[in-house]
Amino acid sequence: MSKNRVTRRQFLNYTLTGVGGFMAAGVLMPMLRFAIDPALQVKAEGDFVQTSKKIADINEDPVKVDFTFEQVDAWYKSDVTEAAWVYRDGDRIVALSPVCKHLGCTVNWEGDPAHKNQFFCACHAGRYEKSGKNIPGTPPLGPLDEYEVSEKDGFLLLGKKIANTLV
Amino acid sequence: MLNKIYDWVDERLDITPIWRDIADHEVPEHVNPAHHFSAFVYCFGGLTFFVTVIQILSGMFLTMYYVPDVENAWKSVYYLQNEVAFGEIVRGMHHWGASLVIVMMFLHTLRVFFTGSYKKPRELNWIVGVLIFCVMLGLGFTGYLLPWDMKALFATKVGLEIAGSVPFLGDLIKILLAGDAEIIGAQTLTRFFAIHVFFLPAALFALLAAHFIMIRKQGISGPL
Repeated sequence: MSKNRVTRRQFLNYTLTGVGGFMAAGVLMPMLRFAIDPALQVKAEGDFVQTSKKIADINEDPVKVDFTFEQVDAWYKSDVTEAAWVYRDGDRIVALSPVCKHLGCTVNWEGDPAHKNQFFCACHAGRYEKSGKNIPGTPPLGPLDEYEVSEKDGFLLLGKKIANTLV
Repeated sequence: MLNKIYDWVDERLDITPIWRDIADHEVPEHVNPAHHFSAFVYCFGGLTFFVTVIQILSGMFLTMYYVPDVENAWKSVYYLQNEVAFGEIVRGMHHWGASLVIVMMFLHTLRVFFTGSYKKPRELNWIVGVLIFCVMLGLGFTGYLLPWDMKALFATKVGLEIAGSVPFLGDLIKILLAGDAEIIGAQTLTRFFAIHVFFLPAALFALLAAHFIMIRKQGISGPL
């Protein structure tokens, strides 16, 4: 063995592996970053959306309020109509998302005649209390999401979807 | 004429041993339906491959008309099915074949299970087979969205929620599949198209190659 601590063969192995690694990374890195971009994009904060529901008309019974907004889906802009279940709870207005926390179907207030005063999802018989709290023993694992609410000229405005604050 | 061409190529490249290796091998009596009719159960794997080939071919031709775009996807499917000659047939092959692949693959799995063919030394081939099963289900899931009708949309909505329910990684998996945290839209469709047409088939070819090389190397398991 020579006095060299690194043999010619080792040196070549290291340099070739290193250079090859850099070349492979140079090829793969842009593609991977390209693919995971949606997970790293920061969403712009949603503005409040005007609805046609008068605050004064909202009472204790949840009603479905439709609202339309311009949705920007990458290169595709479109008007999208979504809905919220809106009711008055003391002096605050509550707007719950109708999207079932089980698998994303749409829930209805008293959608099942057998269960009064509950939200009901027809897909897998998920049920929620009026506050959006999921009823144990039914499929949903969490409470219904809530919309931020605001008011303008007596009309209801709905903001972004947040986790339920009532439960 | 054909013989002459073959001889000309063979003289230069010696291709006879290559295709002998591929095509010329013994089929044991216990897996040959000509000897025991009940041996037809040993055909399920080959039939799965046969339907898979039909899926690949019909899928290739479908992309001549299909566009993965929210405005035009449904229209292009409608057009290729109703306006293009034999469109109903070609789309029908892909549509029904998709279910048939799953059925044949399931029967093949049952046969392997009940004949105990997964046991040593074929454990690795069973594992590769399970991976193929997963890729096939992935192909079914991603292909289901592409017609971009209501059924496709809501099935995908539910499917993405299921993917999202994976512990810890669920949200990340969902967003990487859908291309957006909330919207199932333009980016979801292009992603599912890319996965359905390029990524999963590439994985499928590699796994099928491993599956076939292993069964050739190890041979078919013995009689019960």
